[in-house]
Amino acid sequence: MDPQNMPLNYSIETENLSLWYGDFQALIDVNVRIPDGQITSLIGPSGCGKSTLLRCFNRVNERYGNVTTKGKIEVLGKNIYDSDVSLPELRKAVGMVFQRPNPLPISVYENILFGLRIHSPMGSLTRTECDEIVEEALTSVFLWEDLKDRLKVRATSLQLEQQQKLCIARLLPLKPKIILMDEPCSALDAKGTLAVEELMEALAGTYTFLIVTHNMAQARRVSKECIFMLLGELIEHRETQALFQTPEHPKTADYVQMRYG
Amino acid sequence: MNILRKKSTANLPFSETAIELFIRLCGISSILFVFGIFFFVFREGAGFLFNGLDVKEFLTSVEWQPTSLNNKRYGAFALIVGTFSVTILAMCLAVPFGLGAAVFVSEFCSPKFRETFKIIIELLAAIPSVVWGFIGLTLMNQLIIVVFKAPIGLTMLNGGIMLALMSVPIIVSIAEDALKAVPDSYREAAEALGATRWQVVYRVLLPAAKNGLLAAVLLGAARSIGETMAVLMATGHSVNIPSGPLSWIRTLTATIAAELGEVARGDEHYQVLFIIGILLFTITFVVNLIADLVIKGIRQE
Repeated sequence: MDPQNMPLNYSIETENLSLWYGDFQALIDVNVRIPDGQITSLIGPSGCGKSTLLRCFNRVNERYGNVTTKGKIEVLGKNIYDSDVSLPELRKAVGMVFQRPNPLPISVYENILFGLRIHSPMGSLTRTECDEIVEEALTSVFLWEDLKDRLKVRATSLQLEQQQKLCIARLLPLKPKIILMDEPCSALDAKGTLAVEELMEALAGTYTFLIVTHNMAQARRVSKECIFMLLGELIEHRETQALFQTPEHPKTADYVQMRYG
Repeated sequence: MNILRKKSTANLPFSETAIELFIRLCGISSILFVFGIFFFVFREGAGFLFNGLDVKEFLTSVEWQPTSLNNKRYGAFALIVGTFSVTILAMCLAVPFGLGAAVFVSEFCSPKFRETFKIIIELLAAIPSVVWGFIGLTLMNQLIIVVFKAPIGLTMLNGGIMLALMSVPIIVSIAEDALKAVPDSYREAAEALGATRWQVVYRVLLPAAKNGLLAAVLLGAARSIGETMAVLMATGHSVNIPSGPLSWIRTLTATIAAELGEVARGDEHYQVLFIIGILLFTITFVVNLIADLVIKGIRQE
């Protein structure tokens, strides 16, 4: 059954999620619900576990070895630690954008198609289909005009802002439901940051965004809901404006009024 | 301004100057040795090469009769074919195994096993070539007779297997370095898009590391071309254009090793052996040059 047709209000739900790197506990009993089709931001000081939490949702944490996870994570209504979960399918539905733009060292064109190629049988994509998909993906991230004559250029030679937009664009042909972003603007200048934020706003609704950010102004600008974390614990999760203007928890108040962090 | 003045050797103590001179000498010496060896080999062969040797016959005739009393022939074609065919056979065996092992070590095995594996690979590289020849002469000889029902096991196949075993460690270590040099962010990006480990290898790592992998293969090939003792002992050492892997052959290197001790210094046969040396020098030089240019290609990217 297509998850979009189900009466589902939350894209991601966790229950008593705890995570250890070796002996170090990075997440402590996190319970969180990320609503469908809007932008939710994760804030908190460095080392508070916000990136770790983000990386749980497509199980990319498991690359680093020595990671123990307890509790339950439901993504699109499915417990992702069930034994019948296929990692490639999970990662197809849950795309990720990293802190440093990481396009693959192949052409712009092939970067866009990379995800589709690994998820479809050899030779099942026709040339015209590919062209259409690339144009559509680049158009949705406002790159088509800039790059339509440079599709064969190596993606690693683009400007950082274009690289990061390309990294978002290459998720789209897979039709993900959720896009995770790990400080996507920290390598970009002010103009690039603004461009990526506009892009997120344009795409929200179609996709559920969860964004980790160090930049509180950014969280206020783009996100509808905001989650504050501290030392592995979820402290407060509310509507962004409320969290910043009338924080319930004193620790949240300290952080958002920049008394530390 | 005084401290910013350009340093002149005049104010340095004597020991400093001496050490610097010594280090300079060490650096230059390797260049001198290469040119010295080339000059010597060339000088010994040059007389006959420019005056007397039929170069066309040397490169195209299969008649190698340097010791015949009334019909001396210096046709090295069969030797050239022997060298290249055994090298190509060795590469056909060594490249898939070497690259496969490199991918395994760099991408699939646990860090603890990786260290052990690398030590063993280095051990394989340290086995002297005469020991490989010995194994070819005894163990592999018997094995080929039994498995392929061949009359004699000292064949191109035998030599090719020995050369493959000798080139694999070089290919593995250089190819593994090339794979390790691929930034981890590429792996992470591909995995986050849902690629399986094998898809990461053949869609991302192999294309990204292709120059380094090509260099690994070429350096392995250069090792095979230059190898002497193992092929002398394992290939049957008989002048012959091979018709298949079970034919016996003779290589350029083995010819020099086997015959140089028996010739009178300065006569035609002696000089022809040095001309073979020049030929070998040229072949390995070209292969190494290509490998170098390919590696340089990686650095510029």
